[in-house]
Formats: sequence, structure tokens, C-alpha cells
Amino acid sequence: MTFAARMLTPRYGRLDLKAGRVEMTHGAGGRAMAQLIGEIFRPALANEFLSQGNDQAIVPLPAGGRLAMTTDGYVVSPLFFPGGDIGSLAIHGTVNDLAMAGAVPLYLTANFVIEEGFALADLNRIATSMGAAARDAGVPVVAGDTKVVERGKADGLYISTAGVGVVPAGLDLSGDRARPGDAVILSGTIGDHGVAIMSSRENLTFETAVLSDSAALHGLVAGMVAAAGPALKLMRDPTRGGLAATLNEVARQSSVGVLIEEAAIPVRPQVAAACELLGLDPLNVANEGKLVAVVEARMADALIEVMRAHQLGRDAVRIGTVTRDDQHFVQMTTAFGGKRIVDWLAGEQLPRIC
Amino acid sequence: MKYVDEYRDGALARTVAAAIRAEADGARSYRFMEFCGGHTHAIARYGLEDLLPANVRMIHGPGCPVCVLPIGRVDAAVRLASQPGVTLATYGDLMRVPGSKGVSLQKAKAAGADIRMVYSTLDALRIAEAEPGREVVFFAIGFETTTPPTAVALRMAEARGLANFSVFCNHVVTPAAMRAILTASGGVPLDGFVGPAHVSTVIGTAPYAFCATEFAKPVVIAGFEPLDVMQSVLMLVRQVNAGRCAVENQYVRAVTPAGNRKAQDLVAELFELREAFEWRGLGLLPNSALKLRPAFARFDAEARFAVETVAAADNPACDCGAILRGMKRPPDCRLFGRACTPENPIGACMVSSEGACAAHWTYGRFREPVRAVPIERVLP
Repeated sequence: MTFAARMLTPRYGRLDLKAGRVEMTHGAGGRAMAQLIGEIFRPALANEFLSQGNDQAIVPLPAGGRLAMTTDGYVVSPLFFPGGDIGSLAIHGTVNDLAMAGAVPLYLTANFVIEEGFALADLNRIATSMGAAARDAGVPVVAGDTKVVERGKADGLYISTAGVGVVPAGLDLSGDRARPGDAVILSGTIGDHGVAIMSSRENLTFETAVLSDSAALHGLVAGMVAAAGPALKLMRDPTRGGLAATLNEVARQSSVGVLIEEAAIPVRPQVAAACELLGLDPLNVANEGKLVAVVEARMADALIEVMRAHQLGRDAVRIGTVTRDDQHFVQMTTAFGGKRIVDWLAGEQLPRIC
Repeated sequence: MKYVDEYRDGALARTVAAAIRAEADGARSYRFMEFCGGHTHAIARYGLEDLLPANVRMIHGPGCPVCVLPIGRVDAAVRLASQPGVTLATYGDLMRVPGSKGVSLQKAKAAGADIRMVYSTLDALRIAEAEPGREVVFFAIGFETTTPPTAVALRMAEARGLANFSVFCNHVVTPAAMRAILTASGGVPLDGFVGPAHVSTVIGTAPYAFCATEFAKPVVIAGFEPLDVMQSVLMLVRQVNAGRCAVENQYVRAVTPAGNRKAQDLVAELFELREAFEWRGLGLLPNSALKLRPAFARFDAEARFAVETVAAADNPACDCGAILRGMKRPPDCRLFGRACTPENPIGACMVSSEGACAAHWTYGRFREPVRAVPIERVLP
């Protein structure tokens, strides 16, 4: 903005980021909305594409490869939880959805639905956290949208993010590529995110030191793709429904069975204890910074070694094997020595986990 | 995890399994009923069937409070929750139990009834305190283990002068159901019971004496961890082999012969036996359930809201009844895994994770021959 233009702009007081609240006018398309964007979102998410200031962002397209696109809505409750908040989660979740295809994530967009009366301080905190997560991941938020709905028509804040990335030529990761004999590898402990969320719900207060594992996995993935090459068949991030849902998806998509070893699956003692108390199975509890990889067995050890060298894969471990099974069951040898099915979660375990 | 891992030790389990195999008489079979859904769940979740020899068979009993709740009571709860101004506070696993015409609390909630999931009676009390303008009804259900917490909540409501809190009482008692199973004509022949764990921490071991004295059936009170169950099976095999019938206590770390007197006294102050109560699968059983004493009628949702329980028939194709009596196994039911799955339960045994059908479907169905309906049909 030129100095002359600034002279013509009416002077408003700055947003009160301590005690102010979102009002309907902040979504009405007028100056109040411009101020909300200008004082909260633009500084928090700053990058050259966002500051183009048009109805769309024009971004350079790398040559070669195929485009990967994804979108995800975030309605997590509470908005702030140990180890993260809805802002960082909205970056990590969408980056991870791209990364699971081996895509290099390039750009994100974000859409905010805000309830009238939402504290500007919280909105600022969330936008700042979102910007930090995007910068850490190296994936800018290039376009955004803000809507405000009347009090009671939303629960504080919902965020949707969409992302695009590029899958390098020759890389073909897909849920239907698991074959009997392939190794199933898990990048670390399960259940951390779900238990962190539960520990901060008001009607479920128990003190726990568990932090959400919310993290962007594309760095870890890049090393895995480089190390395993075409031996790497597929990757999935076990979010809602947990490891159990992810393995069942793979079994169904690839028309195979999966056999895992309970004793091999890493679960933090605090997570195991919380699940025990609440009658949950850690296999069904959500993660936001973990991945499952299926790889040809001959490459399993080498891949695990590469994963363990990365901060987000240091607890990587082989948990099982893809099997031939006409019924596409995921089965588990229990630590007790018996066998059982690992099923999809029936019904609702905990709503609004992400 | 301390105090848990010890009871899930795989190496120790193999030792106990070897002892059961060595001591079980190959010339005969052993049919033991685990009364509790908690045991059913442990057996399925830890794959204990794989550790037992073929001639030792576990039969799943009716000890799952959600499973034995008759349709008429679910309907009554739905009607209660649909009244204006009423908030029904319920444990989560009741939400999906289908009532008449498949209407569950979950469906009633989607249709606008104010139904909230709670984790304890105290959560329900908190709602009542926080929202004095609403009538908060706690859907009380369970065996002797969950009755004392309901009693405590009632005492607290009384002490705090909460006029908007009441209880829809569905508490049932265990020994009455065990007697019903032992006296049912055409019932399954049993060689003994794996007895309730947590129920017995409250009522002790004495109330099961009739099983041994009147019906000559051994009982071993067992903890809910997998090693507890394995050890209890070994103890039952030994009783049978020796021709003994006694109530033995495997769960000595929590259960005493007399139980928890304080809890028993509290329950007796507030509750009295109903003349009869309907159990799904077992029918109308005398002296098998509790209601609030007249002195506490102001806390009794049935009295307060004039909710009537109208008996309703189960789906005629559903074998929950026979399964709850131990006469059929879950896969024997025509609906099992076809029309009836945990996602779309028809019978109550498929609803609670402690139900025999849900446990078998969720953890053990790989043991069954391939079903006519492919698994994809039931997936989300």
C-alpha cells in the first residue's frame, strides 16, 4: 500500500487482540473483515503468494510429475490440546494426506468458519500457530477464506484446508498394492493424539503427560521414498479409527489379509493406561503424526533403519506381514499367545478428534 | 503397565495352558459358562480359545447388562428422553441398543431428544447442577457393581437438594440369573461357572453357594485379566476331576467371602427388590432386579414421569435369547454377520462389546467358515 493510499484509508483502532471478540461484521465483506484478515491472518500466514491479494493465488508449477490434491475439515474439540491446536493440526493433517502418496507438498489453502463471539486472542493464537506449522513444513498457505456465523451456529472455530503437491515421476504408492509376504511397518507409538485430546476434554479430566503426536510427515516420507524406491508399496497415516482402520482399509483395497504382532506395536505406558481406564483399544485411537508403510520384505530392515534416523521415525518397527486371506481379515497374534481379529471400530469412540 | 502386565504374561499363560491340557480328561468334555460379559470379552480379545484344548469349551453367559435389558425398557427410555425438558444421561454402550422398530437412543438423539453420554453417575449429577432448568434422568443400569455408584449419586443429590435429578433404575442382581440358567428346562448342560469378578467384590462369594449345594455345580470367582480366566478354568477342571462342587475364589486380590459391607448397606438403604423383572433371553425372573424404596420415590424417574414399560417382542429371527442362556453359539444365529453386525445390531448381544455376538464377531469370526455374505457388505 502506498503512502497516498494509506492517507485515504479511514483510520480504525487496531483489533483488540486481548479482550476483543469476533463480530458478524468480521465476516460481512466490509472493512471489518479486511481488518481481521489484515491484522490476524495475513501477518500469521505471510508469504509472497498470499500477499498477491487477489481472489486466487497464482503459483509456479514444477515441471514433470503428477499433481496430488486433497482436502480436509478440522472440527477438533477442544481447539487447544496438549501438543498442538486446531491451527497446527489443519496444516499437518493435509500435508500428511499429500505425503502418503509420496507427493512433495507445495501449497495449501485455508477456510475458516468462525462463530460470532469467538475470542480474537484465541483466533490470533491459532493463526500464529498455523503459520508456524506451515513455515516449519515449508508449505505456504497461499489462499484463504473467512466466514462468520451467528452465535450457536458453530462451536467456536472450524478450519478446512486443501493442499496440492507433486508426485515424482515413477513413484506409484497406492492402497491396492499390498501383496502377501510384504512387510508392514509402523513409524512409532500409537494412540498419542487421541489420548491427548481425551485428557483435555472437560468431562474426562485425568492428568497425563501425553502430548499429541501432530506433525508433518513429508520429511520422513522423502527419505523413505529415496531409500526404498519401487519396493515401497503404500503409506497411510492412521488418523481417525486408528491403526485398526488403516490396516483394514489396506486389506480391503489390496484384497489381502494382514497379520500383526501385538507385542511389536509400540504404545506409551501412559497411553496404554488411559485406554485401559476408558475401555478403549489403542489400535482404534487416532494418531496425527504416524504412518504405516507396506514394503517388500527384503527392503524392510533397510527402510526401518532410514526411518529411525529421522526424528519422526525413531521408534519405527515392523509390526507384521501381509497375508493371503480371501476374507481380507486383519488378524493379530496377541501378546498372550492367542489370535484375534483386529476390526474396524463399531460406532463412535470419541467424536471430533480432528 | 504396572499391576496389569503381570496378568497378561504370555509365558505364564502357556504354562497354565499346558497344565489344563495335561489335567483335562481326554475321555470327557468340560462345558464352563463364563457368566460375565467381561470374561467373554477377555476370552475373545486375548484369543483364549486358542489356548484351551478342544474338549474344554467356554459358553457365554448373560452377564452383560446391556444385552439383557429388554426392548420394553429401551422403549421406555426413549419415551422418557423425548419428553420436553428432560435430559437423559446414559452410559455410551446403551446408545445403540435397538428398541421397537429399531429406534435406539442414538436415533432418538438425532431426532432431537436431549440425550448425553456420561462416564459416571457424577457426570450426570454435574449436568443436573449446572442446568437447574432441566430434568436430568440418569439411565441406571448394571449388576451389583454399578449399583453402589448410583446409590452414592442419589445420596449426593439428596445432600445437595437437587430437585431436578432422578434415576431410571434398571439395576439387576446376578444370583437370580444364575439360578434361572440352572433351572431352565432344556438348558445347556454345564459343568461349572467362571463366576463374576467385580460383582463379587461387592456381594462377596457367599451368594453363589446355592450353585454348589443345590445344583452341584462348581463356581470359581475369576478376575477379568486373561491369566485370571485361564487359572480359573484350571481350577474348575480340577474340581470336576475331583468330583468336588465348591465356590472357590481365584480373584483373591479383590474379593472376600463377605464382600463390601459398606456398599451392600448403602444399596439396601436406597433400593429394594422388584417382584419380577424381564431379562432379555431369560424372561420374567422373580427377585432379579432393584427399584428405589418408596422413601426415595422423588428420585425415581418411573414414578416421577409416569413412564410405563410395555413388553415388546424381540425380532423373531434373533437368537439372542438362546445365546444368553448358553444354548446356542453366536454363529448359530441366522442373523449373525448377515443382517446383524456391530454397525447395525438387531439383537442386544451384538451391541455391547461384552455381548457374546459382538465379541465373537469383532475378535473371533476368522474361526468360522466363510459366510455367504462378503465382509465388504457390512463395512462403512
